[in-house]
Amino acid sequence: MTSSSASTTLSVTVRLFAAYAEAVGRSSVEISLPDGATVGELLAEFRRRVPTAAALPERPLCAVNLTHVLSSHPLRNNDEVAILPPLAGG
Amino acid sequence: MAYLSERALDLSDLVRQVQSSERGGIASFLGVVRAHHQGRAVLRLDYSAYHEMAEAECARVVAEAETRWPVRVALQHRIGTLEVGEVAVVVVAAGAHRDEAFAACRHVIEELKRRVPIWKREYFADGQVDWVGAADAGQGPA
Repeated sequence: MTSSSASTTLSVTVRLFAAYAEAVGRSSVEISLPDGATVGELLAEFRRRVPTAAALPERPLCAVNLTHVLSSHPLRNNDEVAILPPLAGG
Repeated sequence: MAYLSERALDLSDLVRQVQSSERGGIASFLGVVRAHHQGRAVLRLDYSAYHEMAEAECARVVAEAETRWPVRVALQHRIGTLEVGEVAVVVVAAGAHRDEAFAACRHVIEELKRRVPIWKREYFADGQVDWVGAADAGQGPA
């Protein structure tokens, strides 16, 4: 991220569920990021901002706006990003 | 009908949703709370979900199956506290013949387990409480 692009920012809501909500002690956190940030960059910023997020695995499952995504997925303003513990339905 | 339910699931309700005079083959799968997990006695389970995404992902899984095979699919997953023996998930697939019904039914339960954001906490007889899957430290795709 260059300093020129860092002048514009986007804001996303990070949601945590089940074991991850318990481990981090939060179920929702607002995070501001430079324009063009990816899910992977959000996770790094989330770890800097929320110390208890160190309990999460390096590459957790993530979803943006209710759809599974890769860590390279680019974020947009007001996206809802979910960090998902190992799925256990069925 | 919502894919997630806090009430007891009823197989015959789901069969009625997909049954028709043109569909001669109906396959179903029921997932039921087991009394044991990895050798330990289980008392009950507590299912929770990312509700909005679970509903959306179930709809996608069902739509995919109905596109891939000539079937109608009904699906419901229970949320909340379930005792041993209670039904946690029901899949029903109805087609003209059994081949597509079995294939679609199998596909839907496998994709649900792989993709739908639902979690369960197990309450063991020895007093311990664990999140299922927590030990495998969820590794997502890069």
